[in-house]
Amino acid sequence: MTTPQAPDRAATPRRAGTTGASAAPRRPRGREERSRAASLALHSALIAATVIALFPIVFIVLVSIRGENGWTHPMEMEGFTLSNYTHVLGGTEFLTWMLNSVVIAGGTMLVGVLISASAGYALSRMRFPGHAPLMWTFLVCQMFPVAVLIVPLYNILGALGLLDSYGGLIITYCSVSVPFCAWMLKGYFDTIPTEIDESGRVDGLSPFGTFWRLVVPLARPGLAVTAFYTFLTAWGEVAFATQFMSSETKYTLAVGLQTFVGPHRAEWGLMTASSVLIMVPAALLFFFAQRHLVAGLTAGGTKG
Amino acid sequence: MSTLIARTRRSFATHWYAWAMVLPVVVVLAVLVGYPLGRGVYLSFTDANEANIGRVIGDFEVPASYSFVGLDNYWHILSGQEGSFYPRLGWTLAWTASCVFLHYTIGLGLALMLNRRLKGRSVYRVLLILPWAVPAFVAAFAWKLMYNTNNGVLNALLGKVGVGPVDWLGDPFVQKLSVIAVNTWLGVPFMMVAILGGLQSIPRELYEAAEMDGASPWQRFRNVTLPGLRPVSSTIVLLGTIWTFNMFPIIFLVIGQAGGTESEILVTYAYRLAFQGVRDYAGSATYGIVILSLLLVFSVFYRGMLKRQEAAQ
Repeated sequence: MTTPQAPDRAATPRRAGTTGASAAPRRPRGREERSRAASLALHSALIAATVIALFPIVFIVLVSIRGENGWTHPMEMEGFTLSNYTHVLGGTEFLTWMLNSVVIAGGTMLVGVLISASAGYALSRMRFPGHAPLMWTFLVCQMFPVAVLIVPLYNILGALGLLDSYGGLIITYCSVSVPFCAWMLKGYFDTIPTEIDESGRVDGLSPFGTFWRLVVPLARPGLAVTAFYTFLTAWGEVAFATQFMSSETKYTLAVGLQTFVGPHRAEWGLMTASSVLIMVPAALLFFFAQRHLVAGLTAGGTKG
Repeated sequence: MSTLIARTRRSFATHWYAWAMVLPVVVVLAVLVGYPLGRGVYLSFTDANEANIGRVIGDFEVPASYSFVGLDNYWHILSGQEGSFYPRLGWTLAWTASCVFLHYTIGLGLALMLNRRLKGRSVYRVLLILPWAVPAFVAAFAWKLMYNTNNGVLNALLGKVGVGPVDWLGDPFVQKLSVIAVNTWLGVPFMMVAILGGLQSIPRELYEAAEMDGASPWQRFRNVTLPGLRPVSSTIVLLGTIWTFNMFPIIFLVIGQAGGTESEILVTYAYRLAFQGVRDYAGSATYGIVILSLLLVFSVFYRGMLKRQEAAQ
């Protein structure tokens, strides 16, 4: 993976300091050496931040394993049971919603990455009339508030009979994800040396052949990250899904969970158990992808 | 004329490959974004609502009966007649500014700490990133439960130290602080990771040179770190501003959908216009266009500012 960031750079000891130590009897205090008090302050600050970062997550997990009414006594630590989980999995539409979310987010991811890869490559390697406006368009597409597109899309999907269907929501999400994918992939392709393309051209490949045979395989990590990001965006979307999916069997997770905590009664036990079930796979995926996510994202912007 | 055709033909001959490769995306954008946008702009010039938009009920087709009203909607909103636009704009700006400021400064602080050599660095890093893995709607529900006035964990904790319960989501001012806290919690990890990446791409030699010249830590921070972070910072601040300005799920789910609260930002208000009560499609579209214009003006201004800064260096 040819990301511009070498993640462990700061962990390697500084060469200058060690050679200095052998040459001079008194080594000046280096930038990364701290007094005991400074170390303590640093660790306390980081621990405080970690506690704040983890608190809501741990809290939700704890509430979820304390039964239907466990949430009413948040400070108690007793009565642990998995009843919320069995209820969510057995007695609600949770699994259907999960499946819907997976289908819709997965569909958006496939369409988004497939369509935008070649555009990202063209934008990265070729200078053509329309280059700058297109990059600008991608940025502008990030700015569309949900209110601009939602009514026209609602009417259009209604006219096409695509409301309350997977296809309709996938189409809608593509309006968000395609410009974003193209933007991120352009940034990623920029980090692949152009010599590779040149050697491909010398061997008689067409620009598209170079792209497909040489660059796409090299860009696999970048494609994966973009795909993952698109998936997550669609996975967590609320506004469109809430209006476009009207029957309970078509709800996505973001819509379905709202039914647990409606205005009249709130089933926080079910809500917390579902939240944990949603968070676990996401957190695992994240653990593997996070380092590359930002590299791809910021590369798109800094060299735009 | 003939030269124009010749030039177009030559341009096509050179660039057709690039154009062919961007064509799918352009088509998708034109159909999925361009057309709805055009229609949104059109709707904002009409008095379309649920009653007159025209629809198909069973076998009957009800024709659209809304009419063109010109700039009435815009005048209605921008002149302040509608009443809630300017207060809401003020709150939306305050929300965006405070969230992005908190995201960036806390993210920068944590990134600087994590960029040092210290024990357990990678453990801290992974744990601090975790909120990012939480989908916004899950975070919204989790915090809503924590904010619960009678049974919430925050008030329970406050009770332990002898502070009376706070009406986190009731009082308008506290409600605003509450949603800012949720969004800050959710947004800091992204900034932190991005800035950490930026920090690690700053060449070490620059710091060593600065140290040779006797620069203090603060001077090194100001003259090496901040300029080195500029490319990353400018991108994430711009994206962060746009995302926060349009941040839908937090406000919508934490405050609840009943609406009518001061803490609604422009986007959630526009959404409610379109889908609650008598659906005011025209008003909602107008709000949307106004929001989009505000963000466009901001981006142009922001990019111009960055260019001037670069030129001044």
